[in-house]
Amino acid sequence: MTKEERLKKRHSAEKRFRFYGLASIFVALLFVLILVHNIFSKGSSAFMKTAINVEVFFDQELLEIKNGATEDQILEADFYDITIESLLKVFPAQDLDQENQLIDLFTTDAEIEIKRAFLENNNLIGKKINLEITASDDIDQLHKGNYPRDLPEDRRRISDFQLIIYDNLVENKKIIKNFNNYFFKNGDSRDPELAGIGGALIGSFYSIIICLLLAFPVAVLASIYLEEFAPKNKITDFIEININNLAAVPSIVYGLLALQILLATIQLPRSTPLVAGITLALMTLPRIIIPCRASLKAVPPSIREGALAVGASKFQSVFHHVVPLALPGTLSGTIIGLAQALGETAPLILIGMVAFVVDIPSTPIDPSSSLPVQVYLWSESAERGFVEKTSATIMMLLSFLIVMNFLAVYLRQKFEKRWN
Amino acid sequence: MNFVLIFLITIFSLSLFFYGRSKTKSISIEKNIKLNALPKFYGYYLVLWCSIPSLVFLLIWTLFEPVIIKSIIIETAANQGAIFNDKNEANLIYEKIKAIYAGTYFGDIDTILKESALSYAKFINLFTNSKIVLIFGIVIASVIYSLKKIKNNNKARDDVEVILKGLLFASSLIAILTTLGIIFSLLFESIKFFSVINIFDYLFGTNWSPQRAFVSDASAITAAEYDELKDAFGFIPLIAGTSFIAFIAMLVAVPIGLFSGIYMAEYASVKIRRISKPIIEILAGIPTVVYGFFAALTVGPFFRQIGENLGLTVSSESALAAGLIMGIMIIPYVSSLSDDVINSVPQSLRDGSYAVGATKSETIKKVVIPAALPGIIGSVLLAVSRAIGETMIVVMAAGLAANLTINPLESTTTITTQIVMILVGDQEFDSPKTQSAFALGLTLFIATLVLNYIAQRAVKKYREKYD
Repeated sequence: MTKEERLKKRHSAEKRFRFYGLASIFVALLFVLILVHNIFSKGSSAFMKTAINVEVFFDQELLEIKNGATEDQILEADFYDITIESLLKVFPAQDLDQENQLIDLFTTDAEIEIKRAFLENNNLIGKKINLEITASDDIDQLHKGNYPRDLPEDRRRISDFQLIIYDNLVENKKIIKNFNNYFFKNGDSRDPELAGIGGALIGSFYSIIICLLLAFPVAVLASIYLEEFAPKNKITDFIEININNLAAVPSIVYGLLALQILLATIQLPRSTPLVAGITLALMTLPRIIIPCRASLKAVPPSIREGALAVGASKFQSVFHHVVPLALPGTLSGTIIGLAQALGETAPLILIGMVAFVVDIPSTPIDPSSSLPVQVYLWSESAERGFVEKTSATIMMLLSFLIVMNFLAVYLRQKFEKRWN
Repeated sequence: MNFVLIFLITIFSLSLFFYGRSKTKSISIEKNIKLNALPKFYGYYLVLWCSIPSLVFLLIWTLFEPVIIKSIIIETAANQGAIFNDKNEANLIYEKIKAIYAGTYFGDIDTILKESALSYAKFINLFTNSKIVLIFGIVIASVIYSLKKIKNNNKARDDVEVILKGLLFASSLIAILTTLGIIFSLLFESIKFFSVINIFDYLFGTNWSPQRAFVSDASAITAAEYDELKDAFGFIPLIAGTSFIAFIAMLVAVPIGLFSGIYMAEYASVKIRRISKPIIEILAGIPTVVYGFFAALTVGPFFRQIGENLGLTVSSESALAAGLIMGIMIIPYVSSLSDDVINSVPQSLRDGSYAVGATKSETIKKVVIPAALPGIIGSVLLAVSRAIGETMIVVMAAGLAANLTINPLESTTTITTQIVMILVGDQEFDSPKTQSAFALGLTLFIATLVLNYIAQRAVKKYREKYD
């Protein structure tokens, strides 16, 4: 091999090597794109729901109440007959089976929706109104194009007769897409068209607030101690080793800790945001302490010495001068820690947050779910409608995380002093 | 009740602040003496003395009250003739008694339950009353003590700082308490587990099927049941599955992470670095449940489809899908750490290599990477420990049945998946099945601890070498 050939070979090796590096970065970036695209393309349809325009006639004969009935009377009253009558008028059905298929096009909550319309304006008796009744999950998915209609009938959840009705409704422009208020307002449900993240949102909110209230003060005080006051001895070393190890302990181990100590020993109520908040606080604590200490360490000693020189005590120099300067870094570390806690799932599963909770929690000691756990729960469900709901929940979760991370970066860049 | 007490203590402490401040001011004017500290420190002093002892007492009391009441009530119920064979039945009776007291119990109430509920009400009353009296006493005692101190013109600032320093120290002790809590809660159940299952059967057994492990009575396990149990808790398939998935993950993460780390440290312009580094770190910020969803619903079926087209049987919960996605999650851990490590290799080493005519890639391969090797190995070990502790991806995308295989297209299970599967839903207390989850947790804890320790040692040693 001549000198030139060898040089050429070395140079092409150089190029190859450089290409591998660029390619790896590219692969990683590509993956972020694929993931985000996949989630968004699946999830964005969940923010709309399909409704069917139905003419409802409030027939006095089918109702036990009269115009001007009180709210309690209306809530007690049976709207079942009215509902069935109105729904059946949508399309002529030949026999009982076809009638059932027709009614199956609508959500199981159709009666409640009609009742709600009546509640808003309760002298509707004897009148006809047009109502947009939420469609069942199958029609919803069909209308959004997520459901293949060219399968043979026995492998479809929608019968041929239902397809005929659907096509007829589309032709007459009776099918509409509305903003899906149920998705934000409702708790969990077995019916995808009624299921929402209302409960999970509140549950996550309570958990994160409790986590913040517990973890932030303790983490700040602990880092102040370790960075400013702790003598160099075995106890301090031991504490530091512990903090570093705790930050690397798998999150599921915190779930076991919570199960054994918080639930079995102290007997706090299962599945509640309170227990979730405490568990997440224990988990987040070391992850906040580490950036807090780093930002305290970044404050130059001249600040402390200046304060001490004019007669401040050690405490005054730390609390009046060092801590305010370290605050932006501390806060942004805390927010990033909380963002991690918000996405944490495994420990919450162990403390029973996977329970099926329909009600929206009103206090932190009510059973509840949380956003990531809701993702897990719905992803295990077989119904097609839950796939878009899960993706939409992930979109909500990711947007919270993005907001929190931007806030953290903003705080740091805007307020942090650089000492150089 | 507790909220009222905390509210009262807070209000009282705050008013003591103003009292203390004005009182010391007036003392100094009346007696014409110089105070040893600013008046506000006397206020702080009172606040701390009034609130800390009483709040700490309240916390401890609240933690232990239910446990103590429960043991008393179960004992009185037993004395009255209630029969329960094990802890579960005792718990059930206790729950019934509590429900009767709360008025939410609608079953039959026999005399034993009724009597117990009455004594429960009595004890609740007694405990609440004594709590209030004791807290009242503590507040009075500590306020009297601290008032006496400030009337004697103590060095309030120093005293306040001593108390605050104690508070700071106590906060930092929480890290130790958490570690202790983890160790005890894992050990406690694991010891119970290992008293039933021989530790060697656990460590070297090749069959994991805890659903088979049904025992009618945990306190008296028959010989036949034990034979069944002995074979149900073999750890080998779990560690094999865990390491296998982690290995696949590392096959993805190490090359991609390392090469991107090298590129960012050695080649990338400041601009590319500033854009690509945060984007890659997004991968670490995405919740793992999102990866799990993606792996289970998109990647798994996708691989299965490809397999079908190629004529292969691919499980839709294949180890390959879970491992691949986990690897992608881990990329930023490897890339950021190796980026840092490579950056801290002294420039002089590179310059020396360039001086003898090496190209950039030769310098990186022959000089920079060997120099940075301990740090890189450390970062890879940290990534491995992340991989074996990762839960959601494998729970959602890997299989549930323990399956001793090295075929990446088959499904296999991991330690974390089994912990979740065992503990989700209703658990029987004191059954070897439930306890086995804690034994798995302990194993996982020790494994990650050892890995982290080695990794941190490696990184630290490496840092010291070039500092």
